[in-house]
Amino acid sequence: MGTAMESTMAGNIMRVLKDYSGLFVQGIGFTLLLAFIAVTFGTIFGTFVALLKMSSNKIASFIGTAYIELFRNTPLLLQLYIFMFLLPEIGINLSPFAAVSVGLVLNTTAYISEIIRSGIQSVDHGQTEAARSLGLSHVQTLRMVVLPQAMKNILPALANEFVTDIKETSLASTFFVGDLMTTYRTINGATFLTLEPLFIAGVIYFVLSFTLSKLVAYLERRLRA
Amino acid sequence: MIKFEHISKRFGSLEVLKDVTQQVSQNEIVSLIGPSGSGKSTLLRCMNLLEVPSSGRILFKGEDITAKGVNINTHRQKMGMVFQHFNVFPHMTVEKNITMAPVNVKKMDKEKAHIKAMELLDRVGLKDKADVKPVKLSGGQKQRLAIVRAMAMEPEVMLFDEPTSALDPEMVGEVLEVIKDLAKTGMTMMIVTHEMGFAKEISDRVFFMNNGVIAEAGTPGKIFEEPDNDRLKEFLSKVL
Ligand SMILES: Nc1ncnc2c1ncn2[C@@H]1O[C@H](COP(=O)(O)OP(=O)(O)OP(=O)(O)O)[C@@H](O)[C@H]1O
Ligand SMILES: [Mg+2]
Repeated sequence: MGTAMESTMAGNIMRVLKDYSGLFVQGIGFTLLLAFIAVTFGTIFGTFVALLKMSSNKIASFIGTAYIELFRNTPLLLQLYIFMFLLPEIGINLSPFAAVSVGLVLNTTAYISEIIRSGIQSVDHGQTEAARSLGLSHVQTLRMVVLPQAMKNILPALANEFVTDIKETSLASTFFVGDLMTTYRTINGATFLTLEPLFIAGVIYFVLSFTLSKLVAYLERRLRA
Repeated sequence: MIKFEHISKRFGSLEVLKDVTQQVSQNEIVSLIGPSGSGKSTLLRCMNLLEVPSSGRILFKGEDITAKGVNINTHRQKMGMVFQHFNVFPHMTVEKNITMAPVNVKKMDKEKAHIKAMELLDRVGLKDKADVKPVKLSGGQKQRLAIVRAMAMEPEVMLFDEPTSALDPEMVGEVLEVIKDLAKTGMTMMIVTHEMGFAKEISDRVFFMNNGVIAEAGTPGKIFEEPDNDRLKEFLSKVL
């Protein structure tokens, strides 16, 4: 009996793959796109939030810290819900995909700002002092001396954040935004199959995440060499 | 050239400098000596405001650089600083280490900055290292690079904070030679050092610091041969 069930399942998986391969490809595309948007904009805003937090101005520093703590200490799914309902409330009407993107970006910003802050702080303070003693401004020092050196630590961590986000974006499927979990939900709705499309999605997530993490680890070793 | 008046510096409750007043004239070479923790580095770092004095003022060529609204970056261009741990920029080539500040701060023409850098490197025997990264340099070479990096800004004063303390003994000489050459050009210098022989040889005046004050200031002859201060006598008996 066990073998009978296994063979039906194998058959179903083949059938789902055959009928819905385009949907899986699309799901992978949206998942990667969401992670890419989150990390790209998260890096831009995260740099800004990191600088706020490290500012000697107490108010700026408080705002930076508050932002980071707020987003890191509440669930992402709750944040996504809030943006979904808050944005229309304040007169911003976005597609679900755009609204989810905003939520993911703001959430990722908090995590990335900590990556950037620790990257910056890993650079010996003597580097800053030498640059300032040559007459470089605070901004020039950051741009030409500190950030290029911090990159060695920041880049691998950003790449890991991208891998994390690939998995986190699955929460966005709650709002049917076309990502890989949305693919599962669509197939589930059409075929009433659950485990089969879940297994397929799981394998895809695993392969994406595993290969990218290994790639990052490899690049990290190269960068440090 | 530099006057500092009633400089005090506190880190929290710790008073590191206590109402220090002195001056350094143009072309003068002053060494700062004294026991560890006496405030030598802090005083030196106050000169270019890497440490901001808690009170007192610093006049550079008559201008109060501790006043509100002063652009400290323009003053720092005129004061080169050399650190104990070199602090050369590891991500830039030797040549870029030198040209970076003149090009970006003084807006010097790149070609001109390059020629100047090569001249300076030649002077300290590092011309053939222009295109390597600092990891490839020995400690002595790094410190020579740090000195010419500061020189490239054509400063009017050079500040040295224990420039040879982090070096292997066999490399101390080459760095001291570069500083002595600089002295011959008439550069105004303040040098924190534990090399008493060097201080004696190069200085016009020596400041002995103890417990946050300049306990005695005078010519090397006076400081090393006929010290008045008891703490200085004790210090010299330990280090000489
Ligand atoms: N950023 C800082 N925060 C707190 N305390 C400091 C700081 N910098 C220096 N100090 C303290 O100030 C005192 C004087 O330090 P300073 O570095 O000026 O001494 P020094 O004479 O240069 O000593 P050394 O010969 O060991 O270099 C020391 O007790 C030191 O611990
Ligand atoms: Mg010191």
